[in-house]
Amino acid sequence: MSNSEKTRNPAYTPQEAAPGRRFPLRELILFGVLLVAILAVYAIMGAAYSTRMLVEAACYAILALGLTIQWGYAGQFNAGVMGFVALGGFCAMFFSVPVNDAFWGTALPGEFGRVLLYGAAAIVLIVGASKLDRLGVPKPLRTFITVVLGLVLYLVVISQLREVTDAIENQAGFVGGLGLPPWIGWIVGGALAGGVGYFIGHICLGLRSDYLAIATLGIAEIIKAFLKNSDWLTRGTATVSPLPWPTPGPAELGFTLSRAIYLSFTAVIIAVIFFLLNRAYNAPWGRMIRAIRDNEVSAAAMGKDINKRRLEIFVLGCILMGLGGGILGTFNSLFDPQGYLPLNHTFLVLVMVILGGPGNNLGTIFGAVAVYIIWIMSEPLALFLMQLAVAFGEGAFGWDAPSNMDSRALQARVLVIGLLITMVLRFAPKGLLPEKIKSHG
Amino acid sequence: MNELVFFINNVVISGSVSGSIYAIGAIGVTLIFSIMRFAHFAHADMMTFGAFMVLLLTTAFPAAGASLGVPTAVLMLPLAMLLTASLAVGIDKIFYKPLRAHGVKPIVLVIGSLGVTLILQGLIRLFSGTGGQSLYVDDRKEIFRLALPFEGARAPIVVTEPQIYLFVITIVAVVALHLFLNRSRLGKAMRAMSDNPELAQASGINTNTIVAVTWMIAGALAAIAGTLLSLDVTFKPDLSFFLLLPIFAAAIVGGVGHPYGAIAGGFVVGFAETLAVFNWNVLLRPFSDSLPAWLELPSNLAFVGTEYKIVVPFFILVAILVWRPTGLFKGKVI
Repeated sequence: MSNSEKTRNPAYTPQEAAPGRRFPLRELILFGVLLVAILAVYAIMGAAYSTRMLVEAACYAILALGLTIQWGYAGQFNAGVMGFVALGGFCAMFFSVPVNDAFWGTALPGEFGRVLLYGAAAIVLIVGASKLDRLGVPKPLRTFITVVLGLVLYLVVISQLREVTDAIENQAGFVGGLGLPPWIGWIVGGALAGGVGYFIGHICLGLRSDYLAIATLGIAEIIKAFLKNSDWLTRGTATVSPLPWPTPGPAELGFTLSRAIYLSFTAVIIAVIFFLLNRAYNAPWGRMIRAIRDNEVSAAAMGKDINKRRLEIFVLGCILMGLGGGILGTFNSLFDPQGYLPLNHTFLVLVMVILGGPGNNLGTIFGAVAVYIIWIMSEPLALFLMQLAVAFGEGAFGWDAPSNMDSRALQARVLVIGLLITMVLRFAPKGLLPEKIKSHG
Repeated sequence: MNELVFFINNVVISGSVSGSIYAIGAIGVTLIFSIMRFAHFAHADMMTFGAFMVLLLTTAFPAAGASLGVPTAVLMLPLAMLLTASLAVGIDKIFYKPLRAHGVKPIVLVIGSLGVTLILQGLIRLFSGTGGQSLYVDDRKEIFRLALPFEGARAPIVVTEPQIYLFVITIVAVVALHLFLNRSRLGKAMRAMSDNPELAQASGINTNTIVAVTWMIAGALAAIAGTLLSLDVTFKPDLSFFLLLPIFAAAIVGGVGHPYGAIAGGFVVGFAETLAVFNWNVLLRPFSDSLPAWLELPSNLAFVGTEYKIVVPFFILVAILVWRPTGLFKGKVI
C-alpha cells in the first residue's frame, strides 16, 4: 500500500530524483541524416573530393569548438575568428616550410636581429621614461617626454625595419620557414592566437560585451592586412606552397588515402579536445563559467573572479581557433593571406555554432559538419540557379545578362548565410541540439 | 611653401573629408546605441545601400542634374535618404524588433545585425556586381585649384567638387540634427529615452515612435555618408568592413550615446588616420640643410604605410578603452 503510494508520487522515485540518461533520439536522427548526406556526397562527387570536404569540415569543427566555448559557455562574442585562423595558418606555414638559404646564408639575419635589438632597447627606454615621475619629474612633463620619445623612437625603429625588410624582399624573396614538423607550428599558432586573445580580452572583457565584438573584428582585419602586406615574411599575395604534411602526402599514397589518413589524424585531435572540453564542462570549473554567464551578479556575490574566468575562457577559445587554423592551413598546403575572408572564416563558423547548439559540444560538431557540407554544395547549386534565372530572363524578357553572373551567384551565398544567422536567432535561438541544462537540486 | 600646400592637401583636406564621413556615420551608430543599447554592425552596409540607391537612380536618370547645375547624384541624395530610412525601419521591424520582444541580451542583437550586414552585402553584390563604379555617370567631376598668393607657392590647393558638397552637407546635417534634438518635441523625447527608457515610457513617451524615428535618422545619415564617400572615390560594394572600425572608434572616442561627441570622434579618427599615413619627411626636407650631418633622414617618415591605415582606428579604440572607456565626452552608456 505505502509502496504503491510512493511510486505514484514522482518525487520519491530515485530515478526521477536523479534524472537518468534520456534516450538520445534527437542526436541519433540528426547524425543519421548527416551520415546519409555524407554518403550521398561520396556517391555523387567521388571519394577524393568528399574526403577533402570531410577534412576541411573537421578543421572547421575545431574552430567551431573554440567559438562554442566563447559564445556558448561564456556568452562572449568573437567577431574576428578569421584573424586567429590566419595566425594559426601563418605559424603552420612559417614552421614547416623548408629553410631559405638565400636568407640565412647572408648578413640579413644579423641585420634583422640588430633592428629587433634596437626595438627592444627603444621599448626599455620608453618604459623608463614613463617611470620618470618616481625621480621627481612632474607628471604632465613625464607624459609629454614619454609620448615624444615614443614617437621619435618608433619612427627611428620603423624606418630601420623598413630598410631591412626591403633588403630581404629584394635579395632573398622572403624569410622562408624553419623546416620543422608542422605540429610545432600548430602549437605555436595556438599559443600566438591565445596571446593575441589575451591582449584583446584583457582590454575589453571588463567592459560591455559589444566592445569585444568591435575589437575582435578590428584585430582580424589588422592581422590579415599585416600578413597580406608583409611580403618579406609571408610572400604576401604571391602565396607560399606547398606546405609539408605531418602524414604521408598525396604524392606517395594518392589523394584519397593520404586525405583519409589526415582525416583520421584530425579526428583524433577533435576527440581529444572534445573529451577534455566535456570534462571541463562537467567539472566545477565549467559550472562556475555557466554561473557567470547566466547571472553575473550572483556569481560575483559568490566570490568568483568574473573577469579572470572570462579571460581564461576567451584565451582558451582563441587557442583552439589558432590550432584549427594551423591544421586547416597545412591541409590546404597553401598559405594565401588573401584567402582569409570574414565570410568563410568568421561567419561560417558562427553559423555552425548557433545552428548546431551553442554550449553543446556535440551539437557544435554536428553543426560544423552539416553547415560545411551545405556550404560546399551550395556553390554548384548557386551557379545552377543563377543560370536558370538568366535563361529564364533571356527567354521571357530578352534580358541581356551581365557577363560576371558566376561571381554574383557566389555572392548570393553571402545573403543565405546572413538570412540563416537572423532566422536561427529568431526561431531557434538554442540551435538544433540545445545545451542540456542539468538541475542540481 | 610648397611643402605647406602639400600638407594642406594631404592632411587638412583629406582629414576633413574622412573625418566628416566618419562623423556622420558615427552619429547614426551612437544614436542607435543610445536608444536601443546595441552596437549596430550593419550601419556601414546601410551606408553602402544608400550609395547604391543613388547609383541606381543616377543610372536611371543620368541627365536630371544638368538642368539644375548640380551633379545628378547630389540631386538624387534626398530620395536615397528616404529609401534608406525606410529600409532601416523595415529592417528593424523584421529582424530586431522580434529579438527585442524576446528580451534577448544586447549581444544577440549585435549578432543579428551581423546577419543583416551579410544580407545587405549579398543583395548589393548580387545586383551591382563586385567591381567599383563611379557615381558620376553623365556629369564631370569638377576639380578646383586654388593658387596661394605667396611667393614661391607653385603648387595649388586642390579641392574637388564632391568634397565641397561633403563639407556643406555635413554642416547642414549637423545643424539640423542639433535643432531637432534640442528644439523639437520628438528630439527631446529621444534624449529622454536615451537617458532613462523606463522613465520615458512612464511619462507617456511612445517608445515605438522614438525607435522608428531613430532608425529613420540613422538611415538618412547613413545614406548621406555613403553617397558622399562614393562620390569622393568610387562606389564599391565591399566598403563596409573598412568603414566599421573607424566609425565605431569614432563613436566610442566621443562617448557612446553622445551625438556631439561622435562628431568630434569622427574628426579625431579622420585626422589621426591622415596624420599617421602622412610622410613627415616632406615637411622636414626644407630644414635638411640645418640639420646636423649625422642625422640622415630616411625618405619615408610615415608612421604607418597606407596599407596599414586600419591599424590607426584600432589603436585609438584600444587606447580609449584602456584609459577612458566612457569616451572623451563621458558617454551615457558603457
